Amino acid sequence: MAWDPCNKTGDKHEEDVPGCGDSTWLVMTVFNLYIFDRNGTCLHYSEWNRKKQPGMSREEEFKLMYGMLFSIKSFISRLSPTDYKDGFLNYQTNKYKLHFYETPSGLKFVMNTDLAAGNMRETLHQIYSSIYVEYVVKNPLYELGQPIESELFKAKLDNFVRGLPMFATKSS
Amino acid sequence: MVIYSVFVVNKAGSLIYHNDHSPSRPEVEKTFGYPLELTLKLQDERLLVIFGQRDGIRVGHTLLAINGEDVSGTKLGTDNEKNVMDVLNDQSNYPISIKFGRPKLSSNERIMLASMFHSLFAIGSQLSPEPRSSGIEVLETDAFKLHCFQTQTGIKFIVLTDPRQGGVDAILHRLHELYADYALKNSFYALDMPIRCELFDTSLQTALEQAEKSGVYSGV
Repeated sequence: MAWDPCNKTGDKHEEDVPGCGDSTWLVMTVFNLYIFDRNGTCLHYSEWNRKKQPGMSREEEFKLMYGMLFSIKSFISRLSPTDYKDGFLNYQTNKYKLHFYETPSGLKFVMNTDLAAGNMRETLHQIYSSIYVEYVVKNPLYELGQPIESELFKAKLDNFVRGLPMFATKSS
Repeated sequence: MVIYSVFVVNKAGSLIYHNDHSPSRPEVEKTFGYPLELTLKLQDERLLVIFGQRDGIRVGHTLLAINGEDVSGTKLGTDNEKNVMDVLNDQSNYPISIKFGRPKLSSNERIMLASMFHSLFAIGSQLSPEPRSSGIEVLETDAFKLHCFQTQTGIKFIVLTDPRQGGVDAILHRLHELYADYALKNSFYALDMPIRCELFDTSLQTALEQAEKSGVYSGV
């Protein structure tokens, strides 16, 4: 009998979960991505495979996420037994891994992936240098500190993330 | 392979046990001439370097001692009379030998950080994009790795290690075992209260030393 991933914990089978009931089970996925500026404004948010909403509005979620990251940075600066260069890198729970990358200008890139993803720091740095810098910073019409409206940026980002070797939606 | 410290947090978020297993934090002592090229700032009752990083003295380091005398807060020495900033601004005291380093955590700070982590653990679970996620189990930085194991009763065992240390899951489970043996089975121990038991301390030390020596804890 083929192992059905949707019934392994006995929970309700949702009709619209892609890939449920199939024997294919692609492992690595990216769930979502946040970009914050140095003041805590969320400049951009995209999701690809998110299955659970946090039970609060998007605005509140952004504030909670930024607050959590700020607290984690302060926490590690006090707790760290030795000097450090990059600081907070990532954390993981039993279901997801959150990767963090901050530029010297205070721009924060946060990506949630599943546990199979390795080090995403290089990927986040590439998103910064080849997508954010090219399509947002170099855009003369972009107002700093405002959420990113550029459709070109969103398209490039989407293509980039979908093209990552570790990105895969569950096939149907 | 170093294990820096162990914390045990109860279900309310208060610290009930801690152990600093690490070697002491990095310190640098240097002789300076007038004027002092570092900018110091008073923060949290300590003088911190905020500008002028050089020769091993980093931003964030605290002023620990002047000419061999320990500094506590802004006062120099055991008589706590001289103000450190006055001493540093007085040219006649130079050349002066000053020790900087990462500050050691006071016990209040430790309690506060433990509670902070207790909340961050819960927020990690709340912000999860996947349903039924646990809280933060591993938190990685480039200087250390924090591992957390939460039991069914809400007790958290937190271990700070070198990023390359392996077998930390075994250490965490061993800690849980020791907690069950020396705290819970102790008829005089009140639940969720600080753990003060010599046998717990010594068995914990043994387990940590074994893990450090072999690089991976075998659970024996």
